Amino acid sequence: MNATPESRAPLSGSRIRPSAPASVASSVSRISARDVTVHYGPKQAIFDVSIEIPEKSVTAFIGPSGCGKSTFLRCFNRMNDTIEGCKVGGLITIDGDDIHDPSLDVVELRARVGMVFQKPNPFPKSIYDNIAYGPRIHGLVKTKAETDDLVESSLKKAGLWKEVADRLDAPGTGLSGGQQQRLCIARTIATGPEVILMDEPCSALDPIATSIVEDLIHELRAQYTIIIVTHSMQQAARVSQKTAFFHLGKLIEYGETEQIFVNPKEKQTEAYITGRIG
Amino acid sequence: MTSLLIAALVLALMAVAYQQGVSRSKALAGVGRLHSRPQYHGALLALWATLPLLLILFLWLVTSGTLQDWYIAGQIPAEIAPGTSEYAGAAARLRNIASGFGVAGEAQAWETAAGVNLARFNTTLLMAAVGLGAILGVAALVLMRGRLSARMRARNHVEAAIKALLIFCSVVAILTTLGIVVSLVAETLRFFTFVSPVDFFFGTVWNPGYSTTSNDASGSYGMLPLLLGTVMISVIAMAVALPVGLMSAIWLTQYANPRLRNVIKPVIEVLAGIPTIVYGFFALVTVGPALSGLGDLVGLRVNATSALTAGIVMGIMIIPFISSLSDDIIRQVPRAMRDGSLGLGATKSETIRMVIVPAALPGIVGAILLAVSRAIGETMIVVLAAGNAPILRFNPAEPTSTFTVTIVTALTGDADFASPQSLVAFALGLTLFVITLMLNIGALAIVRKYREQYE
Amino acid sequence: MTEILETEAAANDRRRAQVRKSLARRNGAETRFKLLGLASVLAAMAFVAVLFGNILMKGVPAFWQYNLDAEVFFDPAVINVPERPVQQPGQSAADFQAEMLAWQRRLALVNWNRLITASVQGAGAGVEIDDRSAVSVIDSGARFVLRDMVAADPALIGQTRTVRLLLSADGDNWAKGKLSRDLPDSRQQLSRPARDTIDALIASGAVHRSFAWHIFTNVDSRASPASAGLAGAFMGSFYMMLVVILLAVPVGVASALYLEEFAPKNRITDLIEVNINNLAAVPSIVFGLLGAAVFINIFHLPLSAPLVGGLVLTLMTLPTIIIATRSALRAVPPSLRQAALGIGASKMQMVFHHVLPVTFPGILTASIIGVAQALGETAPLLLIGMNAFVANIPATPLDQSAALPVQVYLWQGNENRNFFEERTFAAIIVLLGLMILLNALAIWLRTRLERKA
Repeated sequence: MNATPESRAPLSGSRIRPSAPASVASSVSRISARDVTVHYGPKQAIFDVSIEIPEKSVTAFIGPSGCGKSTFLRCFNRMNDTIEGCKVGGLITIDGDDIHDPSLDVVELRARVGMVFQKPNPFPKSIYDNIAYGPRIHGLVKTKAETDDLVESSLKKAGLWKEVADRLDAPGTGLSGGQQQRLCIARTIATGPEVILMDEPCSALDPIATSIVEDLIHELRAQYTIIIVTHSMQQAARVSQKTAFFHLGKLIEYGETEQIFVNPKEKQTEAYITGRIG
Repeated sequence: MTSLLIAALVLALMAVAYQQGVSRSKALAGVGRLHSRPQYHGALLALWATLPLLLILFLWLVTSGTLQDWYIAGQIPAEIAPGTSEYAGAAARLRNIASGFGVAGEAQAWETAAGVNLARFNTTLLMAAVGLGAILGVAALVLMRGRLSARMRARNHVEAAIKALLIFCSVVAILTTLGIVVSLVAETLRFFTFVSPVDFFFGTVWNPGYSTTSNDASGSYGMLPLLLGTVMISVIAMAVALPVGLMSAIWLTQYANPRLRNVIKPVIEVLAGIPTIVYGFFALVTVGPALSGLGDLVGLRVNATSALTAGIVMGIMIIPFISSLSDDIIRQVPRAMRDGSLGLGATKSETIRMVIVPAALPGIVGAILLAVSRAIGETMIVVLAAGNAPILRFNPAEPTSTFTVTIVTALTGDADFASPQSLVAFALGLTLFVITLMLNIGALAIVRKYREQYE
Repeated sequence: MTEILETEAAANDRRRAQVRKSLARRNGAETRFKLLGLASVLAAMAFVAVLFGNILMKGVPAFWQYNLDAEVFFDPAVINVPERPVQQPGQSAADFQAEMLAWQRRLALVNWNRLITASVQGAGAGVEIDDRSAVSVIDSGARFVLRDMVAADPALIGQTRTVRLLLSADGDNWAKGKLSRDLPDSRQQLSRPARDTIDALIASGAVHRSFAWHIFTNVDSRASPASAGLAGAFMGSFYMMLVVILLAVPVGVASALYLEEFAPKNRITDLIEVNINNLAAVPSIVFGLLGAAVFINIFHLPLSAPLVGGLVLTLMTLPTIIIATRSALRAVPPSLRQAALGIGASKMQMVFHHVLPVTFPGILTASIIGVAQALGETAPLLLIGMNAFVANIPATPLDQSAALPVQVYLWQGNENRNFFEERTFAAIIVLLGLMILLNALAIWLRTRLERKA
């Protein structure tokens, strides 16, 4: 199942695309991608993308649908491994560790790089068990008291504690859409990740639930490195510090969010932002 | 020969009517715009013309035997009493003379005369039926032809006729169920005039006395030993089929690569297509002796025909049933659920055990119920391999018996159909039917609810 | 600021260490789980292999049986019968039949065994063999072979012909080595001279193995097991399948069409739907009870008749065909229906001109699979009397008849286990062969028709 080393393109570290500026070193670069390519069978979805993602900030991936932004996001915790016929090439490092290194277990990687999906996907279990699932399988909690504490603190961080404290045994699927998504965020937080990937986390939510989740993302930034894929430019502008614009599997422009929206350097970016493509 | 002629007549009438309808409607087309195309007018007319003929021929088919008997009764001299074998012989001779085949030896004068009369009677009857049908058909043709008009909704009428036929076909399934219920209940009630329901449902001894007369209810008819055997064999079968079937489905859906899966899945499903009599014989001559030998090796006395033999082989039969149903159900668990667990860093097996299987559980339970219902109703494997020993005992290594085995023995023996020894088969059948029906309804309801959950 | 960072880093490191510690155990569990799954699949495949291996290994040898190429002298002293009667002008059909039957009765009274004894004794085995032992070597059906030869051609009387005579069941067992040679005479089925004769004739080549075509051309027989065949059972099954195809398929398809395309969605059609789904899961033996109670006991249809068997199997197959046809109909894209309705076709025209042709391959496959299933069904047939021994090929669907799966049931119960175990497996091979053929036909037709469409 795991992508074999052969499937990755030979590294060509010297070749850095002009659109991936080296000048973002204002903060520590936590995640770094070099010449990443993704193939679905014979079809190429991502073309030589290189990007440096700073720590403890929110980076947004935007672009028209089908541009490959979600596919690229799923490279960071190797979720693409679970798709038949999908091959990832290039080099991705987190804190300098190659995520495709054979000595690094994918389980370990995913414990460090959590993920929140487009559609809220709570397990058909109680709210409590949804949160405790990750810590239990990873052996992070030993006793019931430890688990209770972790469940509580995770729910508090996700801002859901007050709403569900009295019904932790109720099924997670019974919550409203926005609550379910925050439950999924809490579930991710509980395993203690360093990076959280969010794949259009608000696309299935109503405006009120969306703004609650956006506020939450804002708070989580203090503690986690967050990459968010969104189809909403307003959302990217509201929550992110950096924005990357993708088009047809290529990274077109990457920079400070304000700069991208106010003063895009590339024609295509401008066209997208002003609504002419996508 | 005659039947060919009649068929030709029907076809001819149909063709003429069709042609008339088409030509008439084409003529009408000059007057006004046709509502339906000419073919429909033709078909409608053909329908009208042949229906009376077919109806009368059907009536003739049903009644001619009785009418013939009635006529023969009038021809046979009074000294041959009806109901005797002599009478039946004479009637058969008359029929043979009438059909022209003749009888061996010299026919008596009255026989020859009666035979000729009978032949004439038969011919008249047939000619009358055909003639009447043809006249009615032609009359209907002429009548309806005159009523054809450009505005006539011929297509709608033809379609209504077809629809009526379709509805009739759909009702067959209902009639089947009704037939099953009514016949089982009726015969069971007849059985309960001999044996009290309490003795039947709660009796612990099964030992129907041998009898060929119809009202001898000697012996005991307690069904509990049979119920125990049925349950024991089903439990053993499920113990074999459930782990193997479920784990196969899991491996095939979650681990196997698609190409391998496309080869393995049909191979396993071959097991489902093999007739049960084949499994039964396989159990009897191969599995039974093998188990018995295995028992000897470890110092256990295992009978070659036993609950164990039948149960294991039945389990093998049910494997594909469980695995393909589970396969479908597991695939219906949304991918998002799986991704959520993998995204948290769970391994594949953790995801399967803690997320996918619990999510699919209702569906799997439904599949298990269906499988149990199938195990309970399975016949040939147990007939051949369970040993037919209706004794209340809990040792699976001993021969036992089930509902289905007993139904077969009761109805294939020499006992009179109206005797309790035969009728008990229907009481057992009804019990079996009710048990499987409840399992099926439960299972189908669970599976349907499960599907809705993820749709 | 740095302090906070450090404690956070420490916490991260601690968590990473914990996760890493759990890895060995979890990967072990993963491997075990995966192997368990693989083992289950292999077990299921092994069952298939053992089942088929067992059937083929035990059944295939039955298709080759030992024969004696015997010089048979049609001794006029033994065959002492008048000339064969010829229908005289003016003679009634019944009279001629009676005369012919009388002649055949005379022929049947001839002691044909004397011809057989003489030819076995004269076969050149060089063994002194008494009459009884000589007869026991040859299948008792050989008498009828010789009788039928004379009945067909009375001119044979007085001539010598080489006739291939089947060895008896015991003789065949002995020749195939299935009987122990160490048992004392008292426990052997065949006498010593009979055994020695067979051994000598095998050595001389007069007794040899050849393909047992009679398994396909002969009917079942109790008196002469070695020449028992499947022709009657095959015809019985054929008639039953004919009834199923003529009734279950059209009624099933019509019913599916109504329910899927025309029926209003109300409580009654819901009921029909639930009813059909349940009917599909009713044990087959219950259909047998229905047949016994209704067809046999109320309508007085004949026992053991393929027509009745076919009717019972029709009712049993109907739900399968309805369900499969409905799912084929459901798979037709709504766009096709809308397109047809859009150009002004009536609903009936849409169904019969557009929907039905598209679903035809699916319906065909479902029907063939349903028929194949019905072909292998045994239990309901036992309840309508088809377990009776029938030694005729049924001429019409109303005649008494056996059926292939029932023949398997009857043969497995034969007392001569030594001989009939093999023979039963042979019958199973024929039955499975037919079913595989039907399924292959279904697959072939489907791929062919789908490619065309």
